[in-house]
Amino acid sequence: MEFFRITRDIPFMRHALAFNVISLVTFLLAVVFLATKGLNLGVDFRGGTVIEVNYGHAVDFTRMRAALDKLELGEYSAQAFGRSDTALIRMPLAEGLSSAALSEKVMGALKADDPTATQQRVEFVGPQVGKELYENGALALLLVSLGIVGYLALRFEWRFAVAAIVANLHDIVIILGFFALFQWEFSLPVLAAILAVLGYSVNESVVIADRIRENFRKMRRATVTHVIDNAITSTLSRTIITHGSTLMMVMSIYFFGGETLHYFALALAIGICFGIYSSALVMATLVMWLGVSREDLVKPEKKGGAAGDKILP
Amino acid sequence: MNRYPLWKYIVIAVALSTGALFALPNLFPEVPAVQVSSAKVKVDTALLGTVEETLKAANIPFRGAALDATGIKVRFADPDTQIRAKDALAAKLGDNYIVALNLLSASPQWLSAIGAMPMYLGLDLRGGVHFLLQVDMKAALDKAADRYSTDLRSLMRGEKVQYAGIAREGANVVLRFRDEAERTKARLAIEKNYPDLLLREAEASGGDLRLIAGLKPEAQKRIQDGAVAQNIQILRNRVNELGVAEPIIQQQGAERVVVQLPGVQDTARAKDILGRTASLEIRMVNDEPGVLEAAVAGSVPLGSDLFTERGGAPLVVRRQVVLTGDRINDAQPGFDSRSNEPAVHVNLDGTGARIFKEVTRENVGKRMAIVLVEKGKAEVITAPVIREEIGGGRVQISGRMTTREANDVALLMRAGALAAPMEIVEERTVGPSLGAENIDKGFKSVLYGFVVLSAFMCVYYLLMGLISTIALSVNLLLLVAILSMLQATLTLPGIAAIALTLGMAIDANVLINERIREELRWGATPHAALQAGYERAWGTIFDSNVTTLIAGIALFLFGSGPVRGFAVVHCIGILTSMFSAVFVSRGIVALVYGGRKKLDRISIGQVWKPQAPPPAAPTKA
Repeated sequence: MEFFRITRDIPFMRHALAFNVISLVTFLLAVVFLATKGLNLGVDFRGGTVIEVNYGHAVDFTRMRAALDKLELGEYSAQAFGRSDTALIRMPLAEGLSSAALSEKVMGALKADDPTATQQRVEFVGPQVGKELYENGALALLLVSLGIVGYLALRFEWRFAVAAIVANLHDIVIILGFFALFQWEFSLPVLAAILAVLGYSVNESVVIADRIRENFRKMRRATVTHVIDNAITSTLSRTIITHGSTLMMVMSIYFFGGETLHYFALALAIGICFGIYSSALVMATLVMWLGVSREDLVKPEKKGGAAGDKILP
Repeated sequence: MNRYPLWKYIVIAVALSTGALFALPNLFPEVPAVQVSSAKVKVDTALLGTVEETLKAANIPFRGAALDATGIKVRFADPDTQIRAKDALAAKLGDNYIVALNLLSASPQWLSAIGAMPMYLGLDLRGGVHFLLQVDMKAALDKAADRYSTDLRSLMRGEKVQYAGIAREGANVVLRFRDEAERTKARLAIEKNYPDLLLREAEASGGDLRLIAGLKPEAQKRIQDGAVAQNIQILRNRVNELGVAEPIIQQQGAERVVVQLPGVQDTARAKDILGRTASLEIRMVNDEPGVLEAAVAGSVPLGSDLFTERGGAPLVVRRQVVLTGDRINDAQPGFDSRSNEPAVHVNLDGTGARIFKEVTRENVGKRMAIVLVEKGKAEVITAPVIREEIGGGRVQISGRMTTREANDVALLMRAGALAAPMEIVEERTVGPSLGAENIDKGFKSVLYGFVVLSAFMCVYYLLMGLISTIALSVNLLLLVAILSMLQATLTLPGIAAIALTLGMAIDANVLINERIREELRWGATPHAALQAGYERAWGTIFDSNVTTLIAGIALFLFGSGPVRGFAVVHCIGILTSMFSAVFVSRGIVALVYGGRKKLDRISIGQVWKPQAPPPAAPTKA
């Protein structure tokens, strides 16, 4: 079986400008959504209390809300969670009321109202911890970006490093844009997914960069555009099969992994799809605009062993 | 061509067999068990005998009891028997032992003997409570300043320094003087006796000369560290009461404590016990002749209580409280300066010192009892005889104590109150049924994803696809084995990371297989294509894995809880996938194709060749 039967190189670079415009528009849209709607931060980052309650039967939300209203908790939300017999109650941080007391109070009221109510999960995050988790997340993102730029600059050339990180941060912003647009809950696992996507998409850029370097060496008389077109075309089947495989796994998590991993899988799926596009088309066009040339890549190879020619273990 | 040296096969064989061995315990189900341990008494074979006899006497069938470093573990056939056994053992063994429910792997003894254990499941998978507690450091420093103001007052008296007043202001102690000479005298005395204090002179508006004593930064740090350490010790004592099989209580950062109680279902009680303040009372012993005998016989005199001393001797104690624990600033184990016997040094605050002086003056020769009241239950920690009037708030309890006892008494006296108040800043509670559900969901997502992926690889790349699938299985095996070996905490995001890692690991094999097809397409011989495919792909695989690893490490450094679980699995998965996708799959290829001198074709699926240039190769796939 062979899915990809490509006779000649696809002239991707001829449409470079168009791709860049598409990227820019999507990127700007994402930024607009982030700016206007903002992220729907989960309890991990914002602080507050989440209680998951399971009933022996489908949840009667009117009754449940009536029971909760009597407690005068202030603002709260109660929604179905995954299944019809499970409800999720979210409460923002309350002044002067400790979490310990809060979850006991809520469960007490719900149990009094309906004895089948059982507490499945409680999560409480204080304001200080929430802020720290948020800051640590941002720091991790920065560190990953710097680490990747550093490594690629060392292994390839600064143009590739810059192009790869721009392409991949563009993916991250787009994922965040989706989360802002649909107001999906942004939690710690989602952050983990986003950082994993960052590492993973760079993977893709590396494969193409590797091929561009190899082509510069092999295709002595070809133009830069031709070299890049050939690199993208010849890695196309690998790109799609690999990402398809990863996507299969991610979909498996999405469908079978339960509610907790729902947005985690979603973030990964979006990241993988945009990762294909951005590494092939955004990264490569950026490298071209930045003016990569044969001399930039082929020169260092005369000095020592080339990266592509490493001996197998 | 494509031969593989013997040593590489040996490496693969060793890795595989070790991996299989360490992954094995995960296949065994968990059985209900009861764990007996003790923080106070040594757990030994004699106790093992008692446990076995108790169970036999109560007619409770069990599947073997064993003694190890953490205590005695007894396995049972079902949860009902387990609970019956727990009740029977708790009733028989009494308060000195912790009897806890636990789940233990049913893997055979020899596996645990070589250290092979199943993966360590996080709280989101096995259910339990996670608390992050923040220690109020300001309160700890204030308390220290309180202590110093008592000390300085007695120092001033001892050195006969005329002072106008001593008071704590915030974390500082402020001394006031009428004239310069006294202030200098005080200053010299303090500098000599309390090197931890930093002194500063200041003039107040009222004409008073002031001396402000504050803690030096290193002393502050020592006090803060001490406060956290002491709070951890107290939490440990309290958690022991809860009967949790494998509690985790550890410091996180400078001023936080993590408490994880796996399997705890009654979270309300857990919070109650952790947040409880025990109280310490000093009361007089009623040692009128005949009272003790009468009390033991059943008639406790009015206004008195019958308590048991640590060690078991009965004691009649008057109900009137002389002093409460909050008057105690500190209690430290040490030695009597004259007799060199182990002793406990107790430091009282100003009011406490005054009361204590009066009481001791009036009761020389009598005994006083130090009573710890916790959970409405009182225990006499120690009941020393008052030898003389004690002033100045510095009390020494000594006589017939071992060093260990002195330590315990000091600890219990301090345990009356936490060194500094704590507040729950993060709580994550997962019910046991949700935990089991999470394991099931995680397992399914790995399984189904793996099956679909393998099917696709086998159909698309035929034999080479099968080899890739085998490599992927090896990856899974090694990943599970390493996680089991490291006893890293597996969380639900961690399981998701296993699935994701498998999905990403296949990338290496796709890269290799596509490369081989490409080489065949441009006319390479099968042997050359295999060789070139693996060699050319390696550099790419290495680079792309390093960047993924960078992301994984950053996640590990900055992540917490479930995210950290994700990062651990992710990082290990990247390493095992490099080994299995390149090293192992190459080994299998060499085994399958390497021996053949004349190789016509590789089973890698259809290799489509363009009709136009380049020229067609003679081999057909």
